Amino acid sequence: MSAHPLVGHHLSEAEHLLAHADDNLVLAQRLGEWISRAPELEEDIAIGNIALDHLGVARALYTRAGELEGLGRGEDDFAMSRPEREYRNLLLVEQPNGDFAQTMVRGLFFDAYQVGLWDGMAGVDDTELTGIAGRALKEARYHLLHSSTWVVRLGDGTDESHRRAQEAVDRLWRYTDEMLEELIPIRRHAWGRVVSAVLAEATLQVPEDPYQRGGGRRGLHSEHLGPLLAEMQWMQRSYAGLRW
Amino acid sequence: MVTVSAADDLERARLAAEQVVDPEIPILTIADLGILRDLVVVGGRVVATITPTYSGCPALAQIEDDLRRALDHAGFDQIEVVMTQDPAWSSDWMTDEGREKLARFGIAPPSPVGEVSCPRCRAASPRELSHFGSTACKALMVCTSCGDPFDRFKEY
Repeated sequence: MSAHPLVGHHLSEAEHLLAHADDNLVLAQRLGEWISRAPELEEDIAIGNIALDHLGVARALYTRAGELEGLGRGEDDFAMSRPEREYRNLLLVEQPNGDFAQTMVRGLFFDAYQVGLWDGMAGVDDTELTGIAGRALKEARYHLLHSSTWVVRLGDGTDESHRRAQEAVDRLWRYTDEMLEELIPIRRHAWGRVVSAVLAEATLQVPEDPYQRGGGRRGLHSEHLGPLLAEMQWMQRSYAGLRW
Repeated sequence: MVTVSAADDLERARLAAEQVVDPEIPILTIADLGILRDLVVVGGRVVATITPTYSGCPALAQIEDDLRRALDHAGFDQIEVVMTQDPAWSSDWMTDEGREKLARFGIAPPSPVGEVSCPRCRAASPRELSHFGSTACKALMVCTSCGDPFDRFKEY
């Protein structure tokens, strides 16, 4: 068995975009699980809108990746026909929603990362990509406003909401290094400043646990991605090429 | 048989395309919203360039279909709709006319300086009920004076 094709291999532009598209698609699918189950109607709508933003970014990035790859693959091929090991999303986004606090903390970590990511893409030499990133940046800032508002409200709320928010921070912190490795140092520091400020206002502690997990970008996922893809892909897997 | 000039063709295409409305906010045309970026007619072939607003806006596919239909009805049989990502759409592109239409419809238009007033009683400083409203482009507000809830088109 040879090593996985992406291990130690410099990512092409198309592979790079696919990884980011996967982040957005997987998180959109996760957030979709909240529909009709959110704590209140406004929140149901908010989470649905955020999921739609991520889905839209995923579609645009898949399309662009397909153009750059030049093999005739499009958004549906990437989303519906690749197995788990070919997905390159971060471990953070595939983690289960947990309770509402866990979803909001995951949002805080990821939204602050995406603000840095899209801002950094503003100067790349690909006008299609700068356009996609330009829109995604505005949306990420708005998502961050939403998630950070909730993290403060939950952390600095009741004993119960504080306990749950702290548990979420402790549980998800281990997935942050994998994500931050992709940002240049100045943006990584910016992420740290934003997240620390929100956690401080929320009276939540940054975990001291140095344990970190990675592998998503190499296709090595936690046990949670497979079932998510199975649910998302089963129709196309059962009836390949089905359209409606 | 009347021969029309290329300028007439373009004018005909423009009139048709500019009447296409946003399916979610049907008082606004795609011209009001700044979604219609370019229109070219070359030898009977019309190429319309549109730009997406929010990444996940589900109205875009509908807009593309409606645009094709409008141009088809205007007599064009070779129609191409091109999607451009760059530059990214901004709510600053909404026309003044579009902003007035929104306010009359009961939706507070986007304000570059963040000043939102109640579209019904004009009172300033409403309270935000939810960051997200009935569509991706709107937030839900409530007027602190007359008590009416209303949508606000977000700055983007």
